[in-house]
Amino acid sequence: MAILCVPGLWVVLTAFRPNVEIMARPPVWIPQDLNLDNFRGIFGLLPQQQQGLPVIEYFRNSIVISVTSTAIAIIVGMAGGYAFARFRFRGKQALFVSFMLSRTVPGIALSLPLFIVWSRLGLIDTSFGLIVVYLAINVPFTIWLTDGFFRQIPVDLSEAAQIDGCTRWQAFWKIEFPLARSGLASAAIFAFLTSWNEYALASQLTRTTASKTMPVGLMDFTAQFTVDWTGMSAMAVLIIIPALILTFIVQKHLIAGLTFGGVK
Amino acid sequence: MSFLRSPRAIPYLLLLPSIVVIAAVVLIPLIVSLWSSFTPYVLTRPATLFQFVGWRNYLRIVSSTDFWWAFGRTLLFVTVALNLELVFGLGLALLVNKVTMGQKTIRTVMMFPMMFSPILVGFQFKYIFNDAVGLMNNALFSLGLITQPIPWLVDGVLANASILAAEIWMSTSIFAILLLAGLLALPKDPIEAAKVDGCNPIQVFRHITLPFLMPFIYIAMTIRSLDVARAYDMVRIMTNGGPAGRTELLWTLMARVGYQNSQMGMANAMGYVSILTSILFTVYFYRKLVAARRYMGGAE
Repeated sequence: MAILCVPGLWVVLTAFRPNVEIMARPPVWIPQDLNLDNFRGIFGLLPQQQQGLPVIEYFRNSIVISVTSTAIAIIVGMAGGYAFARFRFRGKQALFVSFMLSRTVPGIALSLPLFIVWSRLGLIDTSFGLIVVYLAINVPFTIWLTDGFFRQIPVDLSEAAQIDGCTRWQAFWKIEFPLARSGLASAAIFAFLTSWNEYALASQLTRTTASKTMPVGLMDFTAQFTVDWTGMSAMAVLIIIPALILTFIVQKHLIAGLTFGGVK
Repeated sequence: MSFLRSPRAIPYLLLLPSIVVIAAVVLIPLIVSLWSSFTPYVLTRPATLFQFVGWRNYLRIVSSTDFWWAFGRTLLFVTVALNLELVFGLGLALLVNKVTMGQKTIRTVMMFPMMFSPILVGFQFKYIFNDAVGLMNNALFSLGLITQPIPWLVDGVLANASILAAEIWMSTSIFAILLLAGLLALPKDPIEAAKVDGCNPIQVFRHITLPFLMPFIYIAMTIRSLDVARAYDMVRIMTNGGPAGRTELLWTLMARVGYQNSQMGMANAMGYVSILTSILFTVYFYRKLVAARRYMGGAE
């Protein structure tokens, strides 16, 4: 448990310590001087500094891209999962397998051909370009989870509702959707974390503050041979916080989602 | 048109958006890259995309020692990482399952590394293994175990070990979570029965818990093998394939050839090899999963 936490916490701690203390030899184990200077530094609020990094833009891009692609992935994936769970149709098996295979393509292997196609379409360095990419990455996993969830819900429930005069759509919305909610929550958190943390694709498909996300922005701290450890750690904290809050909120659904969704 | 309104069309209509998106982002680029892997495509000279050279790129890769080293290293890396993560994850899940108080808090703590972006993990461990300011060397100094700084990321063997450590740190909790989900779903009766019959804890684990967990283990393996290439982010940051290519994996090699040397055609040919590698791992675990499920179904 301690091993799990120490590497992460050490970075978080570094974010609040001044550079002199980090570089000190012999090392300073107990932090003497905790402050927010590193955060002021990356936002360009320190007096000796003219300009910070465009962290606010990066953060905005990250939020816009992750939230939009997650929301659409849930809707699209839910439709797909419902189709797989409730209908028999031609080519079902083949379609399911090819969706899953599309997920096995490593991000970096996809980034080269995507770069070629996206640059021809003029989608390089746009939020829209990344949203579409993350959508495609998240849809197969969402389908897989929601398919498992809808299978769990007895068909009788929605049939009974339809006999009572609901349309199929109403039956879905009133009966099946609320029951599948915790599964959707866990699918959503996975989709969000994937897009929030993705680097390989984002680093090749973004160029400027118009679409750069936080993980790509992290590279701004490395010069040719040196790394600004304190600034980087401060940025790292900014990246972790939203993920941490979100995971904390839905952690209750997460394990339930995994137990009943994918496996059974 | 009449087909579109018939009930038979409903599943296809529901799946249409998914199909369109995946075709646009995965299928079409893959077709383009398949084509370009048979051309000497260089980004700065677009005309080269239409110059067919047959298997030349593939033949060059096959005869390149750098490539085979990267290939072998990737296979080894993935195998070792997956196995160690499984062992640690299983241990962690069993421990957490034993704890009765504060399980919610512990579960949240357990998920801590999952929230870290792979690139962040790369930076974090680059920092920890840094020879001048890193946690690792500082700790060894303070304990008086070393007098010279250990160049963790500069020595070939140590660099690979460091990357492995980072990968395991990041992904063990994914295994632990999935296996914990399995443990929570474990039926209590067979265990009680086994205890009454005089089984010791090891026997209970070996004959009841473990077989029950097998599908969960393969699920975890399948999910993880889907994103083994996440190691790209970490390697890119920690060593960028160095020192002298000693930590080069298929993916970093590919990115280097494609973007730095701008030999897109060659890189895409490598891309195909790495995609096939990933698919191989996934299919292998998926088949195991199906087999384990069938076994479970038969036992019940």
